[in-house]
Amino acid sequence: MSTLIVPPHVPSVAEDCEQLHKAFEGWGTNERLIISILAHRNAGQRKAIRHAYAETYGKDLLKDLDKELSSDFERLVLLWTLDPPERDAVLTDEATKKWTKSNQVLVEIACTRPSKGLILVREAYHSRFKRSLEEDVAYHTTGDFRKLLLPLVSSYRYEGDEVNLRLAKSEAKILHEKIKGKHYSDDDVIRIVATRSKAQVNATLNEYKNEFGNDIIKDLEHDDDNEFLPILKATFECLVYPENYFEKVLREAINKRGTDEGALTRVVATRAEVDLKIIKDLYHKRNSVPLHRAIVKDTHGDYEKMLVALIGEDDA
Amino acid sequence: MAVADEFGVLTKAFTGLGVDEKSLISILGKWHPEHKQSFRKTTCDIFIEDERQFERWDDRHVQKLQQEFLRFKDAVVLWTMHPWERDARLLREAVYKGPNYGILVETACTRSSEELLGARRAYHSLFEHSIEEDIAFHIHGFEKKLLVGLVSAYRYEGPKYSEEVAKSEAKILKNVIKDGAKKLHEEEEIVRILTTRSKLHLKAVFKHYKETSGNYLDEDLGDQLILKQTVQCLCKPETYFTEVLDVSLKGIGHGFAKEALTRVIVTRADVDLKLIKEEYHQLSGVTLSHKNEEIANGNFKDFMLTLIAR
Repeated sequence: MSTLIVPPHVPSVAEDCEQLHKAFEGWGTNERLIISILAHRNAGQRKAIRHAYAETYGKDLLKDLDKELSSDFERLVLLWTLDPPERDAVLTDEATKKWTKSNQVLVEIACTRPSKGLILVREAYHSRFKRSLEEDVAYHTTGDFRKLLLPLVSSYRYEGDEVNLRLAKSEAKILHEKIKGKHYSDDDVIRIVATRSKAQVNATLNEYKNEFGNDIIKDLEHDDDNEFLPILKATFECLVYPENYFEKVLREAINKRGTDEGALTRVVATRAEVDLKIIKDLYHKRNSVPLHRAIVKDTHGDYEKMLVALIGEDDA
Repeated sequence: MAVADEFGVLTKAFTGLGVDEKSLISILGKWHPEHKQSFRKTTCDIFIEDERQFERWDDRHVQKLQQEFLRFKDAVVLWTMHPWERDARLLREAVYKGPNYGILVETACTRSSEELLGARRAYHSLFEHSIEEDIAFHIHGFEKKLLVGLVSAYRYEGPKYSEEVAKSEAKILKNVIKDGAKKLHEEEEIVRILTTRSKLHLKAVFKHYKETSGNYLDEDLGDQLILKQTVQCLCKPETYFTEVLDVSLKGIGHGFAKEALTRVIVTRADVDLKLIKEEYHQLSGVTLSHKNEEIANGNFKDFMLTLIAR
């Protein structure tokens, strides 16, 4: 469920463009105006605004925003304004070029987007970067990480609900065996997690719990020294419990000393129009404090205002 | 026509690709029982003398005949089908009735990025699985890694590529091949380059490889047929298809090789069949049409000739 609040009577695209252009005029920038418009328009509306802005003023709205804004606020506004596939293309490009073993962004995008969504990201990646996402992931990652990440970003999973229970049982058994033996990057583990449909993976994890007693996530928590394990764990979480995964990312970003603005920005911008409401509710349940309160405590200025607007709490 | 000649025509009507419907009708339709018996007695590779004094039709020949009667229908169906459905079915058959690595490589590498994506979509609809999960489940080892990668690729198709990177990747391949590609790490580099780079980039790699080593990359990979086919399909598909046709038309092998004529003509007719025709002529000394006249029959032959001449 989306947290985005769009006013019942939206000004015309031309009006929005004019207001935004005014917000950049003169000394300083009218950030409040920018938030009041952009934080309350959906993807289709934002796309129309960008298009009209370019036609009317001969400039790219994003470039003007880049010039006028700065720091965390700017990054949030820019990411938010982009079309979702393009946004994901930018995020995956960054994640690839500055890849580290603890970076989970590639897993997050490859596994929480619907199959068609991932294809659109790959298309947007072609347009923007003149290469394929998979060639960059293959080039910049190594070893077991490449072995997992490459098929994940290249997957085009079947999206039906059909489940083969016999297969789920046998693949649960395989997973259990490999995990017990600490063969986390075994061919079969990768095969199951990177090619099976989400419904099938879900059924397999249910069988795993029924047969062996534990959630597979619990069984993947034991090896602190293993760098690959967190990525494998994140893969399962993103595939079958995405809202839980995102709640965890938010919680860790906010609790971290100094706050991880990168993660906070990314989750809010990418989920506001998808399932941020569910994530918000989960956050409240798990942390006994509403998300917006935690955000207000941890951030400030226009960045804080934009975040609060996107999670639907700014009474605008 | 003399009866002896008719025997010859009829035998030809039953052999080769497809069936000569017209001859069957005109000859068999007018034969009296003695002619038919005479035919049965003299054509020993189709009819066997049974111990109970009758000429019995060889079962295997009847089966073969069934296949040949269906050849035209299969060609028509394949031609009329949406290319996405056609490719999804080709991939499925290659996995389940084989596995046939050649057809998997061919289908994954000679289609455009959008066409391959379409085939993957159609595969979802037809078989309720993704093609990559089926390949990963049924095929193992090095071939699995390569094929899953090839079929999952959504290659960039624009004009940009890096000459520098192409040069360095040609060098990587040269070293891998020199060492005999036995070390796992190096196998991974081959798979990475072939399964993710754009076709334009790969053509540049191919060119640099030739310039620095003096050899053609596909020939140097000759020991591993699947790699040779992959490089050919990605960099010079006309050469790959010409070789497939040549093998098929010489009658070498059976099963898949025989189906190759239909598959190649139908899938390439509106793509690069002209180039394939030229190369085939250079390779074999005869035109594709001429060869088709020689070994195919009836409606099947006419349909193939029509597609070849487009």
